[in-house]
Amino acid sequence: MKPLLEVRNVTKRFGGLIAVNDVSFDVRKGEILSVIGPNGAGKSTLFKLISSFLKTSNGLVLFRGEIISNLAPHTVARRGVVRTFQETTIFKSMTVRENIIVSHHLQSKASLLGFFLGSRKARADEKRFGESADRIIGLLGLENIANELASNLPQGHLRVLGMAIGLATDPAIILLDEPFAGLNHDETMRLVTLVQRLRDEREVTVLLVEHDIPAVMKISNRIVVLNFGQKIAEGTPQEIQNNPGVIEAYLGSEDMAVGI
Amino acid sequence: MNKKILAYVALFLVFVYAVVPMLINISGRLDFYYTLTSVALLSIASAGVWLTFYIGRINIGQGAFALAGGYVSAILISQYGFNFWVTLPIAGLFCAVLSVFIGLPILRLRGVYFAMVTLVLTEVMRLTTLALPITQGAKGITSLPLPSGLEIFGLKLIPDFSTLENPKVGFYMMAITLMIIAYAVLYRIVNSRLGHLCRSLQQNEELASSIGVNTTYLRVLTYSISSFFGGIAGASFVAITQSIYPSSFQVADSINFMLNCFLGGLGYVFGPMLGTLMLYFGWDLLFTIGKYQMLVYSSLLIILMLFLPNGVLSLFDRKEKR
Repeated sequence: MKPLLEVRNVTKRFGGLIAVNDVSFDVRKGEILSVIGPNGAGKSTLFKLISSFLKTSNGLVLFRGEIISNLAPHTVARRGVVRTFQETTIFKSMTVRENIIVSHHLQSKASLLGFFLGSRKARADEKRFGESADRIIGLLGLENIANELASNLPQGHLRVLGMAIGLATDPAIILLDEPFAGLNHDETMRLVTLVQRLRDEREVTVLLVEHDIPAVMKISNRIVVLNFGQKIAEGTPQEIQNNPGVIEAYLGSEDMAVGI
Repeated sequence: MNKKILAYVALFLVFVYAVVPMLINISGRLDFYYTLTSVALLSIASAGVWLTFYIGRINIGQGAFALAGGYVSAILISQYGFNFWVTLPIAGLFCAVLSVFIGLPILRLRGVYFAMVTLVLTEVMRLTTLALPITQGAKGITSLPLPSGLEIFGLKLIPDFSTLENPKVGFYMMAITLMIIAYAVLYRIVNSRLGHLCRSLQQNEELASSIGVNTTYLRVLTYSISSFFGGIAGASFVAITQSIYPSSFQVADSINFMLNCFLGGLGYVFGPMLGTLMLYFGWDLLFTIGKYQMLVYSSLLIILMLFLPNGVLSLFDRKEKR
């Protein structure tokens, strides 16, 4: 089966610094693939390259066999590749429900003029968005806070809301940038279950960048490891756990390792 | 809820179309017609500025478009013999198109940088009208005729203003009507999906583009609607004063348009309307204290903004009670 997303020899230079160096991997439909690596390994840069928030210096990103690297970010989103952000990025002064409704933008059939004039198509759209938002709210268990202002929410809920915004765009693949950062163990485990449910119930392929190794090991089908911008390993959680190169990248060379 | 809004609208319409003219007639202060006409027209330009605030841009350049719109109308009337009513939409459209070309590069800027560029824009427009032959430099374009009548298929829509007993009343009706249309459009924009997208843009442009919003398109679209309002206001002013000069709209006017929005409240569609009314009358009322006018006026503005950062309308906002 053809992979859903292909990263081919992608390189990003910032002046003399090579942030991402000749990285290639595939994401298969329906899997959860994590990209891990020590700080400064180029994970977030790689994410920005895939979602086209940055332009590649070299190499290509293909989605369903078509090149998506270096297109406008909103065009990439339109194709079905949607990212969430490392910082809890939401629309602060909207309620949770409004956040989700506005994020249905890609699915609107009516034109902006149609919405202005309140055409039949536009009203149908509004109705559909509202229903879909309620479905997402139900799926993610946000019922109790649906009408809260987003700026009043605690971290854990914000993360879920970020995901809800991503889901509202009805993506084929969702890129989660450090979804577990700053969450406690319980919140993380709840979110892990949630992401797995998303994949199963909404058939969304998930690509995530993360620091939290236990969470990654639990959630991922496969893992890609970056270090200093290069891919040093790729495989199942078991394979990665036992890969000497990975252990070295995380703990320094063996003689420097001071227990795990 | 909807009935309540309709009732308010009806009340407002009765007030501006019937009660105000009646009050003016009783008091005999016919000069109020001119004052209120000005307020109505300035509030249209302010409505445009408010819309650019709504996408998170501080616009201090509305004077440029008011000036451009005014000149377009004046030139079309004086040199090509157009009917004023035809030039009005043309002036608006001209500004809208012009703002697309200006907006494409400058709308990439944010915050104070965008504000600075727009501030310069007013001055650039003034200097342009000074320099171009068609605008006749500092002499300006004067002795324009009063708006003539408008007929469509023999149906008389608007009477010839020169045949009116008191053209001031005519101008008042025109300005109020334009203002009501402008705010109806604004209200509809804000409460339709377009407005929701503008808000998404205002709060987080990166996230907006990651949910698939074409941010450049939306910014330019909003800016051109804003400039359309500016052009309409400028052209209408020309009709009233029957003249236009490069100094008709200056940096100070641009700043006032922005202040109107601040004062009324950036979160309220009708904020700029109230803000314009208060600023205009506030300034005039303080005229009586002579040389301290500016001092008191600016102090009052500072105090208002300190204590009501969300605008005067936030006083009436029952939702935000804590």
